[in-house]
Amino acid sequence: MRYRISNGLLTLIAVALPLVAQPPGGGRGGPPQTPKAAAPIDLTGYWVSVVDEDWRFRMVMPPAGDYNGVPMTAEAVKVANTWDPAKDEAAGDVCKAFGAPALLRQPEHLHFTWQDDRTLRLDTDAGTQTRLFHFGDWKAPAGPPTLQGDSVAQWEITRQPGNPPPDASAPPQGKGTLKVSTSHLKAGYLRKNGVPYSENAALTEYYDMIKERNGDLMLVVLIVVNDPQYLREPFIITSHFKKQAGDDGWKPTPCSAKW
Amino acid sequence: MTRNPIGRYVAMFLCLGFPALAQIDLSGSWASKNHEDQLERGAGPNPDDFAGIPFNESGRAKALSYSQSQISMPERICAFYSQWHMMIGTFGVKIWNETDPVTGKTVAWVIGAWEDRAQMTVWMDGRPHPSKNAPHSQAGFTTGTWDGNVLTTYTTHMLTGYLRRNGAMTSDQATITIHFIRHGDMLTAAAQLDDPIYLTEPYYITRTFVNTTALMNTGGPPCIIGDEGVPESSVPHYLPGKNPFLDETTKLYGIPREAALGGPETMYPAFREKIKDKFVMPPKCSKNCGTPPPGGN
Repeated sequence: MRYRISNGLLTLIAVALPLVAQPPGGGRGGPPQTPKAAAPIDLTGYWVSVVDEDWRFRMVMPPAGDYNGVPMTAEAVKVANTWDPAKDEAAGDVCKAFGAPALLRQPEHLHFTWQDDRTLRLDTDAGTQTRLFHFGDWKAPAGPPTLQGDSVAQWEITRQPGNPPPDASAPPQGKGTLKVSTSHLKAGYLRKNGVPYSENAALTEYYDMIKERNGDLMLVVLIVVNDPQYLREPFIITSHFKKQAGDDGWKPTPCSAKW
Repeated sequence: MTRNPIGRYVAMFLCLGFPALAQIDLSGSWASKNHEDQLERGAGPNPDDFAGIPFNESGRAKALSYSQSQISMPERICAFYSQWHMMIGTFGVKIWNETDPVTGKTVAWVIGAWEDRAQMTVWMDGRPHPSKNAPHSQAGFTTGTWDGNVLTTYTTHMLTGYLRRNGAMTSDQATITIHFIRHGDMLTAAAQLDDPIYLTEPYYITRTFVNTTALMNTGGPPCIIGDEGVPESSVPHYLPGKNPFLDETTKLYGIPREAALGGPETMYPAFREKIKDKFVMPPKCSKNCGTPPPGGN
């Protein structure tokens, strides 16, 4: 007796199988995919900050002593109370609010490119900064801590959920997350008005892409700063950016301690 | 009747395979981390601080006409808290899923209420939104879909409510899209507010909750209607040009009035250049400067 399988059933199986297993490698026996090739989301291109949170801390200079929201230790408050932007300028240290833990709070444009198959590069026009996200077994070079620190990146691949979306008109989301862990940081400011983080600070970020109903592509970055010296608990904030078609508005500007 | 065993095996495979690819579990108690917008979520924003809101002229006029005394009126004391309050309030949330008693499948995710904000029931069973002519409520009507690890909810049919708790309002035509993204014990809600009546473009807010073993209740204390002495037959308001708080943000933070009054350009970096020469940094924070740490100064 022969059994016939309908075309619809075959199609269902064909659709279902890739969802069950999507190995990051290049297939059986092949070389593993590079991080660039295995990227579940495409971050490359230009993005612009959408600043509608913490506006007065980001778009203008907050006044001295305004620490609203930051879980500072008593020691951090003492340090922040000595903030003097003129002193920073005189010392040539005007980029303290442009270090990795605070960089994505600047109103700015982001530009993501692949520097090579294992290194994702992020440039910002605010402060003209560059961050490098290293995938794989990258080893940090020896040397003093730096403004942008040493960043190790990994893709967190999302498996498909069990049920298909009931609303077919809903926009698709990203299928994975970029997780970035940064350490070996030079001390700097979490906010422009001298709220400090120390060289012991560690930064963890999650980059997620979401597509809105109106077609806007948004980048949501969850930022977690741990600093046992200056923070009573992890400082957790979220910045978001809108994808641009090109480099419209891209305007590299130097760091400033007063603006 | 002859049954096809191959089809049955395939169906079994699909049934066995998919549950292993389970949706992200969002259930539990989630504490709010108010490290950003703490003043706005907690004590409340300054009366004329609309910076970063993509107002159109109607939205701005509506906001400037608002008097905080409106919520002293018995009929308005519990109004204005739509589902958007989840994004701008200070509270944590309790989340759980409602399941079909026969299949065990999730038919809805539920985000518990808090005080003035109603419970949000996120229907996952594919039911359509009501007719545009259906009655609106503070809770509105919400459906959800999964894509990847993201639960996206879509809320319609809300009554007018606060966009920001200083009189910036959403109309009853506003809709909310929220993307819930879980990373370990952190849950980020990234929301887009669309309002064809008061906004020129979508307004975005993101916030993050942290999973906690401290029990969050499924609802907060109820909003209790009371009489706070506002004379009957009047609605507290300000006529155009008469809002006495118009320059409070300028006085406190040196932020130029054109920035404080909002508008779409205030959301983007290029706006800084426009106000750079008008901004005057106050010498010292004078109000709402943050809670000092225990034992701190």
